Amino acid sequence: MLSIKNLNVKLEEEDKQILKGVNLEVEAGKVHAIMGPNGSGKSTLSYVLSGKDGYEVTEGSAELEGEDLLDMEPEERAAAGLFLAFQYPVEIPGVGNMTFLRTAVNAQRKARGEEEMSAAEFLKAVRERAKSLKIDADMLKRPVNVGFSGGEKKRNEILQMAMLEPKMCILDETDSGLDVDAMKLVSEGVNALRSEGRGFLVITHYQRLLDHIKPDVVHIMADGRIVKSGGPELALEVEKNGYGNILAEMA
Amino acid sequence: MGEAAPKPNPTEAMIAAHAMPDTGWSVAARKDALARLRAMGVPDRRDEYWKFTRPDTLTQMPAPTAAVFDPDEAPIFGDVDRLRVVFVDGVFDAEASDDLSLEGITIERLADATSDLHWARDLYGALELRGQDPVERPLAALNTAFATDGVLIHVTGQPSKPVSLIYLHKSERSDAVLHHCIKLDAGASLTVLENGPAAARFNKLMEVEVADNAQFHHIRAQGRDHERCAATHIFARLGAESVFKSFTLTANGVLTRNECILELTGDDAQAHVAGACVGDGAFHHDDTVFVTHDAVNCESRQVFKKVLCNGATGVFQGKILVKEGAQKTDGYQISQSLLLDGDSQFLAKPELEIYADDVACSHGSTSGAIDEDALFYLRARGVPEGEATDMLTLSFLAEAVEEIEAEELRDEINGRMAEWLARRRG
Repeated sequence: MLSIKNLNVKLEEEDKQILKGVNLEVEAGKVHAIMGPNGSGKSTLSYVLSGKDGYEVTEGSAELEGEDLLDMEPEERAAAGLFLAFQYPVEIPGVGNMTFLRTAVNAQRKARGEEEMSAAEFLKAVRERAKSLKIDADMLKRPVNVGFSGGEKKRNEILQMAMLEPKMCILDETDSGLDVDAMKLVSEGVNALRSEGRGFLVITHYQRLLDHIKPDVVHIMADGRIVKSGGPELALEVEKNGYGNILAEMA
Repeated sequence: MGEAAPKPNPTEAMIAAHAMPDTGWSVAARKDALARLRAMGVPDRRDEYWKFTRPDTLTQMPAPTAAVFDPDEAPIFGDVDRLRVVFVDGVFDAEASDDLSLEGITIERLADATSDLHWARDLYGALELRGQDPVERPLAALNTAFATDGVLIHVTGQPSKPVSLIYLHKSERSDAVLHHCIKLDAGASLTVLENGPAAARFNKLMEVEVADNAQFHHIRAQGRDHERCAATHIFARLGAESVFKSFTLTANGVLTRNECILELTGDDAQAHVAGACVGDGAFHHDDTVFVTHDAVNCESRQVFKKVLCNGATGVFQGKILVKEGAQKTDGYQISQSLLLDGDSQFLAKPELEIYADDVACSHGSTSGAIDEDALFYLRARGVPEGEATDMLTLSFLAEAVEEIEAEELRDEINGRMAEWLARRRG
C-alpha cells in the first residue's frame, strides 16, 4: 500500500537534515505504529507524505499503490487515497463543518472522475458516521473546529476520515490532548474503519493509544531513521523502559 | 510679461458646476450647507482624514468619466421580495420603479415634496450638520446644498418588505448627487437595500433618524463598474433601545469613500456598521467611521474586512467617542485586511476617545496573508488550491457578513462573493 524507500528530507529554509533514510512498507489491511522520542522526525514524515511546504526530499521515494506521492500536490495525494489526521487540526472560522466536508468529498470524487455526492446522500452518510463518533448536529453546523475542545477536534478528524474513505490513513499523535474517554471514542472510530483494503500508520509518543488501536507492527524512530521494528510487544517495552534502552542497544 | 492666471479655486469650481433649486422648504438648509462648504473648502490631502485617500477625483470638475460595465450576472437581491425604487445616473425613474405605496411607510421623491410643512424639513441637512463636528465633511455639505434627487421615507409601522434603492449607471459622464432622508417613528422598522454603481461619479448621502425602539437595517452592494468613483455618507441618530445595522459589500471601483457617522443618543441602543470588500487592481476603498456614544448602556460594533490584491488599497479610519456620562458603553471595532500578494496595501487609523469611566471598548487592526496552515489543511482534504483559497477568503470576510441579521440577505451576499471569487479563478 505505502512504500517508503531510503527517504531523506531536509528543511527547505535551513541546512538541517530531518529524515535520514527511512524505509517502511505498510501493507493493505495492516496497522503500523511509529513511536519515538521528541524530534525523531515522526511528524515530519507525516507532513512530507501529505505534501506540506517547507521540506525538501533529497533522496529516496514514497509511493502509494505504486504511484509516486512526492510528485503530487497535496490535494492530488488526498484524491489518490492518502489521509492525514492532524495533530493540531486547524480552525476555520466562517466555513461550516458540513460545507467543508461536502466540498472535500466532492472535490476528491471529481478529481477521480467519479460522480459528486448528492446533498441527500451526503447528509445521510454524515449523520450515520457522526452518530457513532458522538458528534451532534450542532458540531456539524459550527465553523470547522472553531470552539471545539481537543477531543471534539480529534473526533472531527476521524469523521472526515470516515467520510473520505481513504486507502491509507496516517494518524499524527491523535492521542495528544485526549482524556481516557475521548481516546476510547476516537479509537473505536478508527477501529471501525479498519478493513482489508486499508492501511494505517499510527504515530504516537505513548503506548496507551495502542491499547485501543492494536498495531500489527511497531517501529521505533530515532534521529530520522527507523531503528527497530517488531510486534506489539515493542510498544510495551517502550512503555516500561522508555526509549533509552533501545537507543543504547542501537548505539 | 502678463501675470499667470490665478489658479482656479477647486471649491468655487465645484459650486459653480452645481445648481440649487430656488424655491421649496429645503432651500434654507441648502444655503446653510453651501456656506459650510465655502468655509471648509473641498477636501485636499492636507486634511487629517484625507491623508490616505486622494480626494482629487471626487472634487475635480468636470467629473472623471467611467465606462459602463456589463457585469454579466443577474442583479443582486433579484429574488428578494422588495419595493424597487430605481435611479438612472442619479435620476429617479418612475417607470422602472414599483408603485411607491406600501403599508406602514410613505415614500416620496425629494423633488416632489414641496409642502412647506413637510416632516423632512427638520431632518434634511440636520444630521449632516451635527456630523460636521468635530470632523469636517465637505463632500456631505456639498451634497446637502446641491442634491438633485433622492427619496424621503417616513416609517410609521412595519412595512412588509424592504425598500430597495437601485442605482443604474448608463452614461459615461454622469455626476450624480442624491440625498435620502429616512425617519423611523418609535417602534417602527425598515430594511433598506441599495445596489448598483449609480453614475460615473456618485455623491450620496443618507440621513436616518431612528426613534426609540425603532429598527433600521441597511444592506448595500456597491456597483462593480471598475472606473466609477463614489463618496457616500450615512448620518444616523439613534433613540433609546433602537437598533441600527448597516452592511456594505464593495467589489471594484477605482475610488470609494464610505463615511458612516452614528450618534447614540438614547439609552440601550445598538449600532453596528460592517463592510466587506474585495479589491483587485485599480481599487481604492476607504471606510471612515465615527461613532459617538452619548447615552448609557449602548453597544456599537465596527467590523471591516478587506481582501486586496494586484495593487489595491484599503483604508480604514474608525473612531469611537464615548462622551462623559455614557457609562456601560460596549464598543467594539475591528479592521482587518487579507493581502493576497505583496503589491497591495492596507492603511488603518483606529481611534478611541473616552470620557466615561465605566466602559468596555476594544479595537484591533491586522493585515495578513492567507494562513498557510489552513490552506494546507484544506488541500490535504482534497480541496484544490484555488478553491481552498476562496474558502479561506470567504472565511476571512465572514465576521463582517455575519453582521447582516436576515439569513436570506446574508446568503445572497455570501453567494455573490463566492461566485465572484470562483469567476476570478476562471
